[in-house]
Amino acid sequence: MAFESLSDKLQEVFKKLKGKGRLTEKDVNEALREVKLALLEADVNFKVVKSFINKIKERAVGHDVLESLTPGQQVIKIVNEELTELMGSTQSKLTFSNTPPTIYLMVGLQGSGKTTTSGKLAAQIKKMGKKPLLVACDVYRPAAIKQLQVVGSKVGVPVFSMGDATNPVDIAKAAVSYAKNNNHDLVIIDTAGRLHIDEELMNELYEIKEVTKPQEILLVVDAMTGQDAVNVAESFNEKLGIDGVILTKLDGDTRGGAALSVRAVTQKPIKYVGMGEKLEDLQPFHPDRMASRILGMGDVLSLIEKAQENFDQKKAQELEKKIRKMEFNFEDFLEQMQQVKKMGPLNQLIGMIPGMNMQKLGNVEISDKEIAHIEAIIQSMTLEERRNPEIINPSRKRRIAAGSGRDIQEVNRLIKQFEQMKKMMKQLSGMTKGKKGKFKLPFM
Amino acid sequence: MSLFDKWLNRDKNKGQEESIPEESQLEEFVHDKTEEDIGFSEESYEIKESVEEEENPPEEEGQEESVKEKKAFFSKLVKGLAKTRNNIMDGIDNVLKSFNKIDEELYEELEETLIMADIGVNASIKIMNGLREKVKERKINEPAALKQLLIEEITEILSKGNRDLNIQEGPAVILVIGVNGVGKTTTIGKLAHLIKKENKKVLLAAADTFRAAAIEQLEIWGNRTGVDVIRHQENSDPGAVVFDAIQAAKARKIDVLICDTAGRLHNKKNLMEELRKIFKIINKEYPEARKEVLLVLDATTGQNALQQVKLFKEVTDISGIILTKLDGTAKGGIIIAINSEMDIPIKYIGVGEGIEDLRPFNPKEFAEALFTDEE
Repeated sequence: MAFESLSDKLQEVFKKLKGKGRLTEKDVNEALREVKLALLEADVNFKVVKSFINKIKERAVGHDVLESLTPGQQVIKIVNEELTELMGSTQSKLTFSNTPPTIYLMVGLQGSGKTTTSGKLAAQIKKMGKKPLLVACDVYRPAAIKQLQVVGSKVGVPVFSMGDATNPVDIAKAAVSYAKNNNHDLVIIDTAGRLHIDEELMNELYEIKEVTKPQEILLVVDAMTGQDAVNVAESFNEKLGIDGVILTKLDGDTRGGAALSVRAVTQKPIKYVGMGEKLEDLQPFHPDRMASRILGMGDVLSLIEKAQENFDQKKAQELEKKIRKMEFNFEDFLEQMQQVKKMGPLNQLIGMIPGMNMQKLGNVEISDKEIAHIEAIIQSMTLEERRNPEIINPSRKRRIAAGSGRDIQEVNRLIKQFEQMKKMMKQLSGMTKGKKGKFKLPFM
Repeated sequence: MSLFDKWLNRDKNKGQEESIPEESQLEEFVHDKTEEDIGFSEESYEIKESVEEEENPPEEEGQEESVKEKKAFFSKLVKGLAKTRNNIMDGIDNVLKSFNKIDEELYEELEETLIMADIGVNASIKIMNGLREKVKERKINEPAALKQLLIEEITEILSKGNRDLNIQEGPAVILVIGVNGVGKTTTIGKLAHLIKKENKKVLLAAADTFRAAAIEQLEIWGNRTGVDVIRHQENSDPGAVVFDAIQAAKARKIDVLICDTAGRLHNKKNLMEELRKIFKIINKEYPEARKEVLLVLDATTGQNALQQVKLFKEVTDISGIILTKLDGTAKGGIIIAINSEMDIPIKYIGVGEGIEDLRPFNPKEFAEALFTDEE
């Protein structure tokens, strides 16, 4: 359920309200049902959804419908604001101890991504100019220590381990004194994945906490977690008193409602999000962006930020004009593609666009390799052909195909897709005119 | 706001009861604990020393008498589903008790209970509609009777396709796929053990060449189960590993070849293409073998699992699902959502980290376990 559909549904609900100055409870209820479904589809815990909706209702009923906004948007605005607030209004950073070494304890269920995240975190901290030490306390899972060692060597951070025959509590203790003696100012303790209902292993964590007195206990949570996220977060928090959460695997297409659930039951901030397989792919968490994502609105802010970083403002404006006038041609297309490429891997970008996801895009090919092919085809066109795609006849197509090393079907497909895209862009740019009041993208 | 706080507080209290065990606590709690918690800590982690060894002998200590093993296995199954049961059930039974007649409000409450089990909005609505029809047809007025109807409804949904592994009269290849961290490698270890017990020759292919130490992890499982592992270096081509493994399987007259693969998020196009290629290699190089493609799903996963199934299905012919981590508090209701849309049989469930903790999936048992009273 993408923002468009939630937005459309709300528009539908509010259509009959035109001319009304205030929202009645019944209007709001109807609209909130849609919001509720959107949140449930995003895996936000049912109880969290329920109390959240009640809160929204209080705020929305009797609220003045602003002139400039449709009631549907008004509700979304309130929902988004409240979501952001619940998520923690500001970005929360990792803290450091006054008396080094600073100790971070990584905890979580099996398969949530603790070891990978430990490595990513170590890499980031090393960049800050600190001297981190990774500690392998997962003595249960086969080859877990080896995994941390490999990850450690990739990011150039030493790994402290004592094999899998030593008690994790003793390993942690020894690691801390090793860190002190060897001038490591930061220690990241990787622990075994465990179930929150496993008394024995939860006690082990508690003991590690007691002997190491960590600065931060970080709960690593898989962003795809469903309703159970509340139980997990609550148990870990009750037992250990966590300080923050790291949300992993957010580079998938999950809406990540677990983030909201975890936040709601623990009141602890989400500090980082894991966004990919590479060791650099750990990013600070932005509450507002997560709110949009859960609602299915896409991570528009990240996209805007990336666009601003990489886009030539003037060129973007020119482009916008061209799209409006339907003058957009292959030359612009090529230029735009090169600009977009600067922003990062395409599949990451697509995920940030509201209403776009892999599934929706269906057959539209978007891997970076295919982009290279498209570039080759366009570059094999003459300037005239790029500016007036209409003149491309079969003989020209054959030449383009030969020049780019692609086959003629591919050239045909590109031209066809280009025409379709032109139409789609026209529609999109119409949207930004505020006719239907949808989202405005920075470069459209 | 107030409601939210109230709920938070209520749950905080609940959490305390559950997670801070104190001997001085109420009898009620102790009772609960014996039922659900004790089994878990030991049975899930057989690798380490168990406190109550008499009750739950660690499997690694050689092959013990089959009787003892069987008993341990059975008790594990029961315990494995016990907490799943306790969790949902609390809800269902309380809901049913608090109503005198069947009305819309009751249906709504039941629907909520289903959603809380990760069954998802659409599938829950579908189930509730089926339930309403059955109530009308059979002229049922007693709220208590709804439980059996729900079990029936869910069992129906889950009874799809053939749940047996298609590996009899080998040779056979099992390709194990899934997103990161769902438990593919652990599941393969258990599966190898299970198949080997049927006196079949098993071979493992370490085609997760991406994740650090994944190959070593599979090798340890190979040692535990006494099964050979075909491996290359880390970061080598997984297709090549599978190719070699197939040649080895043919040469050594292996009955069942099980291929591990790297965890991959289903929206990563390149990684999915890699999987498509691996699948092609198997079909091309080993046409005579029976094929099983098993998608491993984590029971804690929410609605995204649907998406996982759909996209993995685009690149391989998924023949079955294995649902792991059912030994937690997650209910794994997502498989109901999956089966209400797609006919992919659930073949096994994982209920712990021990070598025996893989059991065949039984729809009726699963549905009953969701709603049955704990005696």
